[in-house]
Amino acid sequence: MNNPDNMLNIALPKGRLGEKVLAMFEKAGFECPAIHETGRKLIFENPEKGVRYFWVKPSDVSIYVERGAADIGVAGKDILLEYRPDVYELLDLGIGVCRMAVAAKKDFRDDTARTLRVATKFSNITKNYYASMGREIDIIHLNGSIEIAPILGLSDVIVDIVETGTTLKENNLEVVETVVPISARLIANKSSFKFKNSIIEAVSAGIAQQLARTEENK
Amino acid sequence: MDLCESVFKYEERAVYELRSLYRRYGYLPYKMSKFEEYDLYVRNKDFLISDNIITFTDTDGKLMALKPDVTLSIIKNTGDTAGGVHKVCYDENVYRITKGAGGFRELMQVGLECIGDIDSYGIYEVLMLAAESLSRISEEYVLDISHLGILSEIIDASGVSESTKGELLKKIGEKNMHEIDALCNAEGCDPSAIKKLVSLYGAPSEVLPEIKGMLTGDSGDEFNEFESILMLLCKNGYKDNIRIDFSVVNDMNYYNGVVFKGFVRGIASGVLSGGQYDKLMQKMGRSACAIGFAVYMDMLERFNTGADEYDVDAMLLYDDGCDINALSDAVKLFSAGGKSVMVQKVIPDKIKYKQLLKINERGVEILENNE
Repeated sequence: MNNPDNMLNIALPKGRLGEKVLAMFEKAGFECPAIHETGRKLIFENPEKGVRYFWVKPSDVSIYVERGAADIGVAGKDILLEYRPDVYELLDLGIGVCRMAVAAKKDFRDDTARTLRVATKFSNITKNYYASMGREIDIIHLNGSIEIAPILGLSDVIVDIVETGTTLKENNLEVVETVVPISARLIANKSSFKFKNSIIEAVSAGIAQQLARTEENK
Repeated sequence: MDLCESVFKYEERAVYELRSLYRRYGYLPYKMSKFEEYDLYVRNKDFLISDNIITFTDTDGKLMALKPDVTLSIIKNTGDTAGGVHKVCYDENVYRITKGAGGFRELMQVGLECIGDIDSYGIYEVLMLAAESLSRISEEYVLDISHLGILSEIIDASGVSESTKGELLKKIGEKNMHEIDALCNAEGCDPSAIKKLVSLYGAPSEVLPEIKGMLTGDSGDEFNEFESILMLLCKNGYKDNIRIDFSVVNDMNYYNGVVFKGFVRGIASGVLSGGQYDKLMQKMGRSACAIGFAVYMDMLERFNTGADEYDVDAMLLYDDGCDINALSDAVKLFSAGGKSVMVQKVIPDKIKYKQLLKINERGVEILENNE
């Protein structure tokens, strides 16, 4: 297990969600004491268990996994739908639950005779969603503060992630319809799945067990 | 021909190795034009990996395309021979958009196609050559094999509607059990058999008995053929490298029967892909069966990168007053020994050499030895 090539590389999303995910991996029997020490290190190993963890920007996890720099990782379904990486999606972790939704100003009336102007960070999801309804749209790609677009008249509606809806409410916006429910998924590189199969299956089974238990307790 | 090993890039050598492998089994080289009538691709757009095609108008006004695919051209240009099989191999550039490139790329593809009366032996031979091809690239390889006939029997038995099948196949390709669940439950179907089939992953000897127990319908003959081919592969030394994996899916409008994908350790995505495509043949108005595969050589570009540590074997320095006769003799001596030598007055930046030499009145002196 000491050969670095044989270690399982795991990309974790930085932030609160990542901490939860790490706890799941540790509970599955793949703990890594080094990761809890304070410092500026970016990569943490536990050679005994054969795992190597690293934190990356949540939206980058799927890139690391698709290109094989990480063997497995945890990414939001929003990212998987937007970038469509060629990976295995092994588990729905049931955390980071939210939804992709269309939102508009409270007094918004949809004029179907006109092209709908949609501001979003998620261009592909938006394109596919409206294409499935045959609606013509004008996509305005923004990188943040999407909520401001309808208020300033930049767009008619927005497509964005809605967790509690508080931000929308404070800006006098409301959800018009849900596009797709979102949660965190365990993903695996297709090639790694063949060559590190037993450890990937073990991690996946260990986490699946925890999910089944929480499901029972519901 | 006098070739020194180091002139070959890794993927170039692989091309020659694969070509000689296919020749050894009687596959005849097939050379084709870079261009093809655009019409050929429009009619079979979904068969292509990416439907973006470079087109141009020929002098006679015909719309032409730089070929994005080799298989369609081969089918178009090989006739039927009753009872016989056309066996061809190729190494060709194709032009298509790849993820991350942001535009068209020229990609080298090596492969083979069998067109005609394909029986169990024909399928075995192609699978065996696929495994052999992978073994030439790396000792650590896996050939994942699936059977669309068996998969579609299990899907049909679950009662999923036609319109959901495409989406379902995508989920099967992702081994996405939770969404297979969701799709089936939404239609009131039982996902358990599909999920079981997709979760099976392993050597034929472990997985085949499990599949046998699941089949009740009419794919019995297909299963028996599949089993006998896989057992023959195992017997002939490929048992540690072949895996049954029903998440290998290709478009069922074109493919049927055996489909497969090859992986080697260290390359993040599949390097080989193939299968039986009788349905594509039917769409093109042909009655013959067909099977083939392609190896994506562009994937090998980053493989084995540690190979070339040095740019040249020797750096030979000389001064203005140097006798060019002596210099040319020294160079001749090196290249006769199969070594590469760069002649310079001053050492250029960022060139890595094994030996640094200098020529003067006394002869050639070794100044530095990095080996």
